[in-house]
Amino acid sequence: MPVILIISILAFLLLSLLPGDPAMIIAGDQASPAAIEQVRRQLGLDRSFLEQLGIWLFNLARGNFGSSLILNQSVLSAVGERLPVTLSLAALSIGFTIPVGVFLGSLAAYFRRTWIDSAVMTVALLGVSIPAFWIAILGVILFSVQLGWVPSSGFAPISQGVGRWFASMALPALILSLFQIGFLARMTRSAMLDVLSQDYIRTARAKGLSEWRTVGKHALRNALILIITATGILLSAAIGGSVIIEQVFALPGIGRMVVQAIMARDYPLVQGTMLILGFTFVMINLIVDILYTLADPRVRHD
Amino acid sequence: MTDVGIGAPATAAAIAAPRGHGTLRRLLRHRSFLIGFTIIALLAILALLAPLIAPVDPSAMRVRFRFRPPQAAFWFGTDQFGRDIFTRVLYGTRISLFVGFAVCVVSGLCSAILGVIAAQFRRLDSAIMRLMDALMSFPAILLALGIAAALGPRVSSVIIALTVAYIPAGVRIVRAAALTVREMDYVQAAQVSGASSLRIVLRHILPNCFSPLLVHLTFIFAYAMLAEAALSFLGVGIQPPIASWGNIIAEGRDYATQAWWVMLFPGIAISLAALSLNLLGDALGDMLDPRLKGGE
Repeated sequence: MPVILIISILAFLLLSLLPGDPAMIIAGDQASPAAIEQVRRQLGLDRSFLEQLGIWLFNLARGNFGSSLILNQSVLSAVGERLPVTLSLAALSIGFTIPVGVFLGSLAAYFRRTWIDSAVMTVALLGVSIPAFWIAILGVILFSVQLGWVPSSGFAPISQGVGRWFASMALPALILSLFQIGFLARMTRSAMLDVLSQDYIRTARAKGLSEWRTVGKHALRNALILIITATGILLSAAIGGSVIIEQVFALPGIGRMVVQAIMARDYPLVQGTMLILGFTFVMINLIVDILYTLADPRVRHD
Repeated sequence: MTDVGIGAPATAAAIAAPRGHGTLRRLLRHRSFLIGFTIIALLAILALLAPLIAPVDPSAMRVRFRFRPPQAAFWFGTDQFGRDIFTRVLYGTRISLFVGFAVCVVSGLCSAILGVIAAQFRRLDSAIMRLMDALMSFPAILLALGIAAALGPRVSSVIIALTVAYIPAGVRIVRAAALTVREMDYVQAAQVSGASSLRIVLRHILPNCFSPLLVHLTFIFAYAMLAEAALSFLGVGIQPPIASWGNIIAEGRDYATQAWWVMLFPGIAISLAALSLNLLGDALGDMLDPRLKGGE
């Protein structure tokens, strides 16, 4: 997979993007020359560029993604520790998104050019236009501070009981899914409009199948192919969005860690985490491609 | 020639009418286009005239006016330093629209160049596309976050970061459009009749990539503004004291329960701007590319 190699090199280049001397920037303004020298050696910055790249790739090949400067931990274990939070958030939000988005999109397509279509599409448009971090703060004020329905921040692992886990995750996941629901509803609508105008739908109706069977089975099944393609984009949006949502809700996930690492100039941690996420998405896209081929026999990749 | 049917003149007129004119007229009758265009044009005018409209300086601190709720003297209220939120949101519009527009223009140009190169030169195609695939494996906001943080807190860093994050999608769109056009008979004919590659690219391929790219860039404008706000909110975008919608919300967040107005209005401004651009994108998609069934 050449893409994996390119991602690795891109993540490596991130550190060399730093203007000036990375060791000095990472060590901070008040660092002594000795401390800067130590950071330089720790990062291997005293070696030549190609040597550094070689060492970086060699370490990656052995599963070593580097170590954090502030956490006293390897990047892999730091990410692993925070994975359940981000995964819960992403999974729950996708769990909200797919049924709601597909339902709304199909509804709008079926009742096209009626008030139902307009109403659904307005909601979807708002979903993709309103900034998540803003609605998240408003949500905390309304549901946590004013109504006291859910805790305003913090994460309860699933081991403490499904109820508490769900309570801590419901609001963040719901807000995270607003954009995705809007996106998926818009996409489903145009896919369904396409399918509903096909000849086989007319045939299905003509041979007397009930509307439910026609739309629910024939049409939706064909639109499903598109929904599989959308899952990759949705997951990417969920992980990207969780960076912001975790920050607002103070959830100890990967996104919050990346923001903290950036603030603390812990570039090896930023670099390693980006790389792990990049690898993950290559894998996800691969799986999506495979599912796509399975769902649609017309598609055959060469 | 005398026995032409009744329908013929109308058909002839339709053929004779310049195509661009028809598109413009249809756009002006398109509801989403009108709403979206009006809102974004108003915001742009407000942004340009900000120094004339704004009642005070955006960073003027007047401690005796701290935390005033919205009223006649302070339309959107004031913040913890007594700064006027209406003025700050107005100046934030300048930054947001500027960043959004700059990202559109730069990423549009880069996408057009890279996309056409990828479509024209088979040997560079896979190299360019693999690089784009790699960039696309990072969620856009995370990629922008990393680049913006590495380049340092400046307006230019935000623009560069978002441009890099949004180029891959643009390149794919241009490349796909260019590949389709390249196989068209008239382009093949031009090639056979000895037109240079440069002429074919400039006269035939680029103009045909324009519509899909324009529709895409309208959405990118909206995404870039939302992402700029998010980056500024996280503290790696536009830095205070320069007012940006994202950092006004970040500052107002600490006082959200007592002074809701500080964070409410910039959020409405972002939503309005993104909404209008999305409407515009839907309308353009409808008009320019019948395969993309958007708004109406």
